[in-house]
Amino acid sequence: MKKKILWKLILLGVTLVLAIILFLPNTPAFQYMPEWWKKTMPDRGIVLGLDLQGGLHLEYEVEGEKAVQIQAERYAFSLRDFLSKKEIKADVTTRGSQIIVSPSTSEIMNVIEKDFTVVDLIDSKEKLVYKIKDSEARRIADDAADQALETIRNRIDQFGVAEPTIVRQGENEIVIQLPGVQDPKRAINLIGKTAILEFKLVDDEAPVAAELPQAILPGEEKEIIKQFAEKIPEGDEILFKSTINENTKEVIGKIPFLLKKQAVLTGDLLNDARVSFDSYGLPYVSLELNTAGAKIFEEVTGANIEKRLAIVLDNNVYSAPVIRDRISGGSAMIEGNFTLDEAKDLSIVLKAGALPAPLKMLQNVTVGPSLGEDSIEAGKTAGIIGTIAVVLFMILYYRLSGLIADFALFLNIILLLGAMASLHATLTMPGIAGIILAIGMAVDSNVLMFERMREELRAGKTPAAAVDSGYRKAFWTIFDSHVTTLITAAVLFQFGTGPIKGFAITLSLGVAINLFTALIGTKTVFDVLMSRMRMRSLSI
Amino acid sequence: MIELLKKTNIDFMGKKYYAFALSAIILVIGIIAVVQVARGTANLGIDFTGGTAVQIKFEKPFALSEVRKALEDGGLKDVELQDMPVEKKVLIRVKKQEETIGGFSEKIVSVLSQRFADQKLVVESTTEIGPKVGERLRKDALWAIIAATAGLLIYIAFRFQFRFGIGATIATLHDVLAVLALFYVLNREINLVIIAALLAIAGYSLTDTVVVYDRIRENLRMRQRDPVEVVVNQSINEVLSRTIITAMTTLLAALALFFFGGEVIHDFALAIIVGIVVGTFSSIFIASPIVLLWKGKRPFAKR
Repeated sequence: MKKKILWKLILLGVTLVLAIILFLPNTPAFQYMPEWWKKTMPDRGIVLGLDLQGGLHLEYEVEGEKAVQIQAERYAFSLRDFLSKKEIKADVTTRGSQIIVSPSTSEIMNVIEKDFTVVDLIDSKEKLVYKIKDSEARRIADDAADQALETIRNRIDQFGVAEPTIVRQGENEIVIQLPGVQDPKRAINLIGKTAILEFKLVDDEAPVAAELPQAILPGEEKEIIKQFAEKIPEGDEILFKSTINENTKEVIGKIPFLLKKQAVLTGDLLNDARVSFDSYGLPYVSLELNTAGAKIFEEVTGANIEKRLAIVLDNNVYSAPVIRDRISGGSAMIEGNFTLDEAKDLSIVLKAGALPAPLKMLQNVTVGPSLGEDSIEAGKTAGIIGTIAVVLFMILYYRLSGLIADFALFLNIILLLGAMASLHATLTMPGIAGIILAIGMAVDSNVLMFERMREELRAGKTPAAAVDSGYRKAFWTIFDSHVTTLITAAVLFQFGTGPIKGFAITLSLGVAINLFTALIGTKTVFDVLMSRMRMRSLSI
Repeated sequence: MIELLKKTNIDFMGKKYYAFALSAIILVIGIIAVVQVARGTANLGIDFTGGTAVQIKFEKPFALSEVRKALEDGGLKDVELQDMPVEKKVLIRVKKQEETIGGFSEKIVSVLSQRFADQKLVVESTTEIGPKVGERLRKDALWAIIAATAGLLIYIAFRFQFRFGIGATIATLHDVLAVLALFYVLNREINLVIIAALLAIAGYSLTDTVVVYDRIRENLRMRQRDPVEVVVNQSINEVLSRTIITAMTTLLAALALFFFGGEVIHDFALAIIVGIVVGTFSSIFIASPIVLLWKGKRPFAKR
């Protein structure tokens, strides 16, 4: 009997010390610990949720359809190449994710069927209409989501955020959590930019180029495109450059450009992008192409001297300088009245690469650091006041036994914090509420036992017998009631997101630990009192 | 020994029809609330409807009407404002069902910083939720309630008997509906955090019911000769002091949360407080009578 008590005491002591060590990193005391302690002992405790430390929670949908469309354009391009190499005259265009080939001849049909297995023929009456196979489209969309995740991770790594979480969710969604970000708008711009960089030749030779207006107001772009739709030569397009007021940073005008649709060079041939400063000290982004890119750039510039080459980012023209000479070495620049931050972020997105498809924002939750601090303070106050109230109540009502229950309560809180620290669980505001609620409910097990003991005492049992049978009889009640709470907590964990999950974690850990402290903790103290002190009466 | 209650002998079961009448009224309101929530006409949080919420802290005191006017002049319509004058804060909510989000919160902030150019406005939080996410969260919340109910019914039926499972489930749903009814009547916002509170209440209410059931089962086995009604009454009386003391300690903690826990958790604490009260009521007056009224052979009878 006594040996059993000793083992229980050791078990209690070990768990208590363990819990304190685990939770220590969350307390100011950790700073004062010796160096060897900081190195060898756990240094990362409970993680604060975004609602408490401030930060960004973003959810995006990767527009897989767009990725499929982009792929369709690539297929069309290589098909065009393929057919012309075979000296077959055909016109290849795309419409959405469909590839349209005319004329409709059986010769072309056979060639495509043999060598382009990723497309299905869906119509052959006047023109040959092909569609990317469903399985292929799914693979493209899936790859796009993976690639978008990787690109976003690269961008955020270079932007510099401590402990970001970037994960895929469901079929095509990406969830991003950035704790402690000071400038949320900048982070959102950085993530959401598609960043497709293209070099396109300006088509000044087409007669319509001279007819384009010098400048228009922002918002009139669509009208212009509509107005000139018929006159634009095949393979050309109109894109715009924004004119920016240097003081207010507002877009005050748009300049139309007639460009060759086919890019001569794209951002995937980039080696590096850096912020540099011109002679006025204004920032711009300097680009360095890789060997393949540099070679193409040299050829293109050499073949198009005195023409203009537009630098286009996400379908916006940034500049269109005249090529004066063949340019070797593969360096170029993007200017555009940038602020230093804008230039920095642009260099980051260019270096990290383009997104395979545009992103659609589904959710954006931003919490400033001050609100989080207020919440933590309020949570602490409520926790302390709630604990004191419960502790006092128990002592007043159950006397010495109440004190024992309070001991179990403190054990409970410390073990709960320790357990959360060991799991690196995320503490959210509802999580704090869960802890405080658990404090109120923690004494329930003891109340159940004490009331049973009182009944046994009334029935005339000795204190020791009353303690024993009180425990025994209360056990299954306590067990059942804890399991039912665990069921709800498990459901909350399964279906909850973010803050709710935090609540589920604290609630379920609280319940499990409560079972431990009530059945081991309090019981051991009673056993010690009964056997060692030979208590004759029970203060309950 | 301090005793809150001396040995009691209250005829709880004799008063069950009064209790049923009271519960029926609450339940009707609760069901109306559920229907309104399902139709989307109740005061749902933007986490369910989709939309934008921005919380802004002012440096100096401000008039709410001025904020409203500034937003209206800026072309922002259907804006809900919630004032927190002591902390000089305002919560601006716009519920909308739009395909794309983004930019809306920026517009709110820029409109207000122009109007209140003489002071620095701090954007404490912004939440933008697209309709797709709102729909998913709504579905998840519904599934959570269904899954929790099913899990609990199965567990109680397994540990006790089927009629106990039914009694506990009805009592638990009763409590959840009662809190929902209160929030509906008070026109308080029903959001994800409140759903978490409802499930916490379900857990608490069930714990309470299990404690009473446990004693009923024990006494039914021991006193095979006494009528079931007498045994049920006696069991409730025996655990009454525990029921009330636990309700009190949990209430103490919930009250601390309500008064000191801060704005974010205020409504959560309110839900818990009401939940504790109805949870205690329901385990005595709903869960126990259902076991009693169930036709069939005596529960836990010796073979």
